[in-house]
Formats: sequence, C-alpha cells, structure tokens
Amino acid sequence: MITGLTGDSVIRFARGVRLQHDRVRERWIIQAPERAFIPDPVAAEVLKLVDGTRTLGQIVAELATRFAAPVDVIGRDVHVMVSDLITRQVLVA
Amino acid sequence: MTETILSPMSLLAELTHRCPLQCPYCSNPLALEPRRNELSTQEWISVLDQAAEMGVLQVHFSGGEPMSRPDLPDLIRHAVGLGLYTNLITSGVLLNEKTFPMLVEAGLDHVQLSFQDIDTANAEHVGGMKGAQARKLEAARLVAADGMPLTLNFVIYRENAARVPQMLDAAVEMGARRVEIAHTQYYGWGLANREALMPTAQQLEQTTQAVEAAREKYAGRLTIDYVTPDYYADRPKPCMGGWGRRFINISPSGRVLPCHAAETIPNVAFPDVRHDTLAHIWRDSPLFTMFRGTDWMPQPCRSCDQREKDWGGCRCQALALAGDARATDPVCSRAPDHERVVRVLETLPAEPPPFRYRRYVRATDEVG
Ligand code: SF4
Ligand code: SF4
Repeated sequence: MITGLTGDSVIRFARGVRLQHDRVRERWIIQAPERAFIPDPVAAEVLKLVDGTRTLGQIVAELATRFAAPVDVIGRDVHVMVSDLITRQVLVA
Repeated sequence: MTETILSPMSLLAELTHRCPLQCPYCSNPLALEPRRNELSTQEWISVLDQAAEMGVLQVHFSGGEPMSRPDLPDLIRHAVGLGLYTNLITSGVLLNEKTFPMLVEAGLDHVQLSFQDIDTANAEHVGGMKGAQARKLEAARLVAADGMPLTLNFVIYRENAARVPQMLDAAVEMGARRVEIAHTQYYGWGLANREALMPTAQQLEQTTQAVEAAREKYAGRLTIDYVTPDYYADRPKPCMGGWGRRFINISPSGRVLPCHAAETIPNVAFPDVRHDTLAHIWRDSPLFTMFRGTDWMPQPCRSCDQREKDWGGCRCQALALAGDARATDPVCSRAPDHERVVRVLETLPAEPPPFRYRRYVRATDEVG
C-alpha cells in the first residue's frame, strides 16, 4: 500500500497512460508505454472518474452513491486498487 | 475450419528506410526502399484513418529513422486526433531542442530510444556515425526533462554483451522508466551479419544474470524487458502473436506485411495501400491468410499442444533456416530442421568477421 495516500490526494494518470474506450471490441483499455491492458469492470469504473481534479475521497463518494454502497467498504477497496495502480505506474497521487 | 479473424491491435508504420546510422543488426530488408518510393503524407494519413477504423489502438512510428521525415509531427497529430496511442521508435540522432518540442506539441505519448552500446567508441563503430552517442544522450535528456515516458532499447550482440550491467545503470541515470535489453534478432541485415553478432552460450547466460540482478536492484524504479536470441531456446517465440492476428506492418512504400521481415516470403503477392484498402488486405489477401491460424501447419505443429500458443514460431525464420516458410520454426527442438540451428551455433567463428554495414546499394538513393 502506498503510504501518504489519503482521501485528499488528487489522483491523476501518469504521463503517457490513459483509459480509453475500445469501440471496436466494446471494452475499456488502459493504454501505457509498450503495453495495453484490460481493467476489470470495477477498476474501469474507478478509472473513469480519474480526471486529475477529483480527490480519492471524491471518487469514493461518487462510487458509493452510484452503487448505493457504504462509503467505508468502497473506500477500502478503492484505496487498495489505487495503491496498486500507482505501484504499476498507471496512476500518480 | 475457418479461422477467426481478429481486429489488429497495433500498427508499425515504417515511414522511411533512410537513417543516418548503418547498424549491421538492422532488421530492415537488404533492399532498402529509396525515398522516391515513400508514401506521401496524405497516403499515411489515409493509412492511419483506416487503421483506427479497424480497431488498431497503438501506432509505432519507426523506420529507418522516422525523424528523417519532416511530416512526422503532422502524422503524430493526426494519429492522436484519432485516439491512437503514439510511440516513436528512434535512434535519437535527429532529436534535439529544435525538433523535440514539435513532437511534444503534436501529442506524442512515448519515446523508445535505441543505443548501439554504452561504450561510445564501440557504439559509434557499430552505428557507423561519429558523434552519434552524444546526440543520443542529449535526446534522452530532453525526453526525460519533458517528463514524457522514455524506454531505452539496447541491442545486444557479441561485442557489447559484457556491458549489460553498465547499460542498466546508465538507463536509470538517464531517467528511463523502462529499458529493453534485446538480443539481436536474425532478420534482414542482422541475418547477413549473424556470424559477427551472435553471442556465445556463455555470454547469453551472463546477460541473463545481469538482467536478473538489475531487476532486483532497481525493483519499482525500472521495468526491464529482456529479449533472448531464440536460436538458444527450445521453443520458438509466438512471432507477432500469430500471423495476421494482432499486428500490421506498413513498409515505407506502403506494402502491408504481417511482420517486418515478411518481404522475404517467396511466391506471394505483397499487397499495398496504394492499390487496396487495409481492411481488405487484412481480411483476404493471400499474404495475410496463408499462415493465419493453424490450418496451414505441417506436423509436428499440427498435432502439438503448443500450436495456439506459439503459432508454430516464425515463418521468416523457417524460411531463413530451413529454406521453407511453411516449415516448423527450426528453433523448436521438435522441428525436423532443428539440427540446422544447432549447427549454426556450433560453427560460430572464434574471431567475428567484419560487419557488412547497412547501406543503400546505390549511392544516389542514400541522401536526403
Ligand atoms: S537499427 Fe540502426 S540503421 Fe537500422 S533503422 Fe535503427 S538506427 Fe537506423
Ligand atoms: S512443434 Fe510447432 S507448435 Fe509445437 S512447440 Fe514446436 S513450433 Fe510450437
């Protein structure tokens, strides 16, 4: 887990990485240097909210509303996922 | 059985064969395309439009040296506008503080910068260009300073194999996120210079150890892609992820190929974008359908459990080594012609012969 990642951290994509809708194959993909990979459906929902202005807390709140789920449960999962994507140089906080 | 035809994922756009360097391992064909045959800007734009329409997601601008084409920024901008992920594969000798900002402004996503060696004297001996190393180092500095993701590519051969540890240290110092330690692949000029380039088994082992050590040392800071020479392997690589499955290569004159070495395949017409649409070529041209899927396979591939993993290996290598593009890739230990690979390795000369440098046959084709 990335230390220092809090609800106030603004989440952005690393330079050269983006989420893109693959219209021909009807799925979301993460485009990155020398690789493209397919996010699982939950990760795709999170990444769609990453716009370089939203904080981690705002992303969690948004998802909690959208999926009518408790903030603390969603918060834990999203925190783990975002940490992992930071380690993999997909996101920066 | 009819094979499922997937949409291509990735396009290698070889904009030109012109290049200020003359690397003897270059994967370009021996017959280099002169400038007068190159596709125009408009023709490349149409290729990009068609590729995006078909489902291509990434475009790799390559060559030769793609920065020899003054319209590179326009092509990048157009590709970005289509939502394509843009990668520049460059030697860096033309990347400077005048040219790089134009690429940044066009929206380029990523640079892959190649080095002949980390030792300047040998790098310039192999590349055949004085002063190239300083230009490459400056190119790396400019890209890193901008913050654009940078991958360094070191091509490994007999003469520089011992310096892999220094290459990896230098990559970190240069601010690269990824580095490729890629043993020479024996196609085109690389094949013509095989005896001079092929490392020994012991050298290969040393480079593997150096890569493993650096993966530990730089964990979390540097991703290392390691490509071995498959002559030393027991199983072939799934060349291009399978013939006509994921990948399209366009030559400078617009020939559409399943891989960059496919122009060696005999007795088949080479489709080109000046005469046909990309979609039609991909789906129906004899060149793309001839080795697609598994129907074409001879034994032992036909009944092998690996056939949809490695797709029988590389057709161009089968041609180069067994004299038949339909043969099982001789790299495979199950291949009837595997002996030939063993013999190449057993008969490597103790003293490497001089390089045959990558050059245009006619001096008039070279300039520009
Ligand atoms: S391998 Fe060398 S000669 Fe070939 S295109 Fe790259 S830099 Fe130029
Ligand atoms: S026999 Fe053919 S399919 Fe089987 S491993 Fe060898 S090359 Fe691959």
